[in-house]
Amino acid sequence: MRSGLRAFARTHEARLLAVTVLLFVFLSFATRNFFSIQNGLDLLTSYAFPGMLAAGLVVVIVAGGLDISFTAVASIAQFLAVSAIGRYDLGWAGLCGIAIGSGLLLGLLNAILVTWLRIASIIVTIAMLNVYYGLLMFLSHGNSINTLPGWYIDGLSWVIGADAHGNPYILNMQILGLGLSFLLTWLLLNRTTTGRQLRALGGNPEAAKRVGFSTLRLNMVAYGYMGFTAGLASIVEAQVAGSVVPNMLVGRELDVLAAVVLGGASLLGGIGSVSGTFIGLALLAMVHNGLILLGVSSFWIDCVTGFVFLTAVATIAWERRRQRAAIRRTIVAAA
Amino acid sequence: MARFLELRNISKRFGGVQALKSVDLDIEAGEVHCLAGENGCGKSTLIKIIAGVHPPDPGGTILIDGEEQSGLTPAESLRRGIQVIYQDLSLFPNMTVAENIAIEHQRGVRLLRWGPVQRIARSAMQQIGVSLDLDRHVSDLSIAERQLVAICRASANEARLVIMDEPTASLTRREVDALLHLTLELKRRSVAVVFVSHRLDEVLEIAERVTVLQNGEKRGTFDARDMTSRRLGELMTGRSFEHHVMDPLGAPTPPVLSVRGLSRSGDYEDISLSVREGEILGITGRLGSGRTELALSLFGMHRPDRGEILVAGRPVTLHSNREAIEHGIAYLSEDRLSLGLVMEQPIAANVAVTVIDRLLGRLGLVAADARQDLVRHWIGELGIKIGSPDDAVSTLSGGNQQRVGLAKWLATGPKLLILDSPTVGVDVGAKDGIYRIVRRLAEAGLAVILISDEIPEVFYNSHRVLVMREGRITGEFEPHRCEEAVLQEAVDA
Amino acid sequence: MSAVRGASRPGGLAPVIRRIGVVNSRLTALLLLLVLVFGVVLGNALFNGASIRSMAYQLPELGILSLAMMVPLLSGGLDLSIISTANLVALTVAFLFHALVPHQPGVLWIVMQLVAILAGLALACVIGLVNGLIIARLEVSPILTTLGAMTLVKGISIGLTHGNVVTGFPATMVFIGNGAIAGVPLVMLIFIAVAAVMSVILNHTSFGHLVTMVGSNEEATRYSGVHTKRTLVKVYIASSLLAGIGGLIMMARFNSANAAYGESYLLITILAAVLGGISPSGGFGKVTGLVIALVILQLISTAFNLMNFSQFLTLTIWGGTLIAVAGLGRIRERLRFLQRFN
Repeated sequence: MRSGLRAFARTHEARLLAVTVLLFVFLSFATRNFFSIQNGLDLLTSYAFPGMLAAGLVVVIVAGGLDISFTAVASIAQFLAVSAIGRYDLGWAGLCGIAIGSGLLLGLLNAILVTWLRIASIIVTIAMLNVYYGLLMFLSHGNSINTLPGWYIDGLSWVIGADAHGNPYILNMQILGLGLSFLLTWLLLNRTTTGRQLRALGGNPEAAKRVGFSTLRLNMVAYGYMGFTAGLASIVEAQVAGSVVPNMLVGRELDVLAAVVLGGASLLGGIGSVSGTFIGLALLAMVHNGLILLGVSSFWIDCVTGFVFLTAVATIAWERRRQRAAIRRTIVAAA
Repeated sequence: MARFLELRNISKRFGGVQALKSVDLDIEAGEVHCLAGENGCGKSTLIKIIAGVHPPDPGGTILIDGEEQSGLTPAESLRRGIQVIYQDLSLFPNMTVAENIAIEHQRGVRLLRWGPVQRIARSAMQQIGVSLDLDRHVSDLSIAERQLVAICRASANEARLVIMDEPTASLTRREVDALLHLTLELKRRSVAVVFVSHRLDEVLEIAERVTVLQNGEKRGTFDARDMTSRRLGELMTGRSFEHHVMDPLGAPTPPVLSVRGLSRSGDYEDISLSVREGEILGITGRLGSGRTELALSLFGMHRPDRGEILVAGRPVTLHSNREAIEHGIAYLSEDRLSLGLVMEQPIAANVAVTVIDRLLGRLGLVAADARQDLVRHWIGELGIKIGSPDDAVSTLSGGNQQRVGLAKWLATGPKLLILDSPTVGVDVGAKDGIYRIVRRLAEAGLAVILISDEIPEVFYNSHRVLVMREGRITGEFEPHRCEEAVLQEAVDA
Repeated sequence: MSAVRGASRPGGLAPVIRRIGVVNSRLTALLLLLVLVFGVVLGNALFNGASIRSMAYQLPELGILSLAMMVPLLSGGLDLSIISTANLVALTVAFLFHALVPHQPGVLWIVMQLVAILAGLALACVIGLVNGLIIARLEVSPILTTLGAMTLVKGISIGLTHGNVVTGFPATMVFIGNGAIAGVPLVMLIFIAVAAVMSVILNHTSFGHLVTMVGSNEEATRYSGVHTKRTLVKVYIASSLLAGIGGLIMMARFNSANAAYGESYLLITILAAVLGGISPSGGFGKVTGLVIALVILQLISTAFNLMNFSQFLTLTIWGGTLIAVAGLGRIRERLRFLQRFN
């Protein structure tokens, strides 16, 4: 157990966690409002959408791929689902079914194209982002849906306590969705054989093929799951926004990628964890939130975020150089 | 003994290349069988067909336990107990030792249980008597340890046949002995083992039967007891070679490069050597003996910790390989595919890359005709057979690729040429061509350091041979004064 | 492979294909096909002076930005910070216009405009230098480095302008953006000049030769005695400089500058470059291929506009074209594979 702890201390996640905890402690003392349950809940709510997408993206990255098209997939999913419930009385089941189903289908299409075209997944999914987004804007004429059914606007929420003044703490759909996505990703990656196969595919695709793991099937799991989370995320996003705006989400894909990479996932594939992704997301959220609470002009937040991100990726690269060198040595020696 | 595997009339064509031509092969349960042949003789293709990675061309049959297999897939081959340990080991560096060994256990779609994974890994290690930390990542292991993981994985799955593709290439003698011991252990459990190797002596130590392939055709299966490594060599190459050692250098010539007390911790210790104009100095030793690391230091790519490098008698400090090139040192890497040449790019670009800054004409632009002349000159000079200089290097045969590698370095006008394993992956006939070029260059006054782990290569093509082991020079031999076996012994010691 | 096969066919198109390259001949064929189809469908509506001139005004922005993406792609990398660099350069130049340029035309009026533009381009070089050093020296992957740089540089622009649009430039900018010489839009002339210079640099300088070598295999190129790190730094400086020029074109065309102009171009530049035959894994690609691809994209866009299709459908077709071209390549491969057994 002790050696396990020591091994953990050497991992990227541990260092990231240390930085995040330090920042947390600093912000708790330096600002009046940071250390409160309400602020925590607010943060979780506003980061639910990118967070859920990050939970999906980390699966694709672990499997050695990359998906850029998920914002367009989410936009299509929410547009289809919300249009449907505006016209027919489908309820929650219909809403979720249509959004998740359409997300899943588009994800599967991505998987087939990535596997079959054999060109870099980033290129395929950039192309598909444009295909999906263009189609959505064409079919919707760019029009928003501003009137949502009452039951959807009200959403699902539970009061889980109250502060000293009697203001309630509310557990909403966003927080539940975020928790659900991370739980599902964790189950998939760490508790199923499929998760290990995905990791194997990302770590050494040729060897995975030789063991008999099907690249197409695993890509369908990874990109399909990405589409599934995009569908799920689109429902909670539309609920909190109170409307569906077709061009609202596209353009945020690189922010999500940043959170996943900050969490230690390697674009070379095979490396990445649920906990790391969550901490990466938390770090970005806290930097953002902390700067505002510290009174830094919101106009400078991107600048600081960019700086934090660059520092982090430089550190990760520095650490990983040795590992990569070790791997290369074996390959060279064996060849 | 019962026949485990029978291959009948196996052929395989890739595009215009006939990789295998009507090959038959039997493997009996519990036998140790050696598959021998030169690089490119079809060994790897045959293995991949047995493993179900490639289907054989129509007309061939594969029988496992007497049952005919139609459409053998990787999964089916594994299920029937055929395990291949590929040259690159096929491990997952991002996963733990236990997960790698029990990767078969993670097939299908279900919840993962760590208990069985650990148990499978532990019992596999016990069976063959090794112990490794199950929770370490494979990326943190040494090459020998990784090899053990690969063997454990093969034996974890109730293997009936384990095929090892060049398993000894990167091992020290002690590790090779351990591996041979493991093989006997597998045999005791009546698992058949097929060794694929070009290291003949090791193979003959342990194999019972030897099958020789040459240019995709089977030369025959022989009893290993009646086989000598010389005869095997002749079978593999299809001709007998009359080797002549080089005559000693005549008149004394000035030294081109000398090294005194050169050390780099972890790589090599206290190296002193000197190579003269017109001399071919052989350096041999196993992988990991420090030979390549020493060469990289002479080429300015790895800074030594201590010691002196003298070029033409003057001490120099080499900060980069660019400075080494300025001092007239050239280095042809052992790893032609990923370090020696840029395989996807045109032949012309590869020849010109070392001297591109010397080809500038008006306005600082690359003079197209100067570049063309340079490329033509070296293609003619070294007799490189090409279609067009604009074809990718990867379209050439191994021998011609290596000549392109020589061309790019000769273009720099070097005084010392360091050749690191220059005939890896080159056919026998083409090997001779390269030796002839190297000898001719030396006769014209070039100093050459020839590094190789193939002992005959350095023995018959050097004026002097240094043996390196564990980072030190352990012996110096002059081929015209000693026997090849003496050198062999010095390397194995 | 295909070049050789083409050559073995007697007469016909083979010599032409060999001369201009397989990728470019395929792109040219696609372009001719589109011209034919749109010509039949739209006729004079598309191929008249006004439409062609409007295409010539629109193409250069995306064109120069695509060139900025092409150079790092050739080197096996990617530059996601080009758009934010373009905007920061435009804002800097706009700021310097206000600070330095006198209201009355004169010698100082011209000199100060030049000073402002050169200062803007110098800033672009600095951004490229920083990107290049992080990628080459710290060995951070280009995607991540330039993703961080994108956020950082955009952050600086937003911080300085609070997201506001900056306007009010000297008349020169209006002329650059909307003027024409002998009927050819000035922005088009600038694009042609930049593309020609890049073509010469990539095909005929030692830098150009080395970029493709580095793009195919950086280690092997380093083993050949090439200062690959310096080559990579130059690649990202070139990329940022081109992005800066793209920023100036955008500034002139919109007659304003902003931190968030042209963001939708970012992924489109990658799409255009890959469609133009630049290998996403590095090492291969020609400026001519990119230019033909840009003309194809522009033609589709303008034709769809004339057919009253949504501009967004153009995005779909652009993405679909890339997938289709890649798919056709795969089908050809499979057919060739099957032929071997017959």
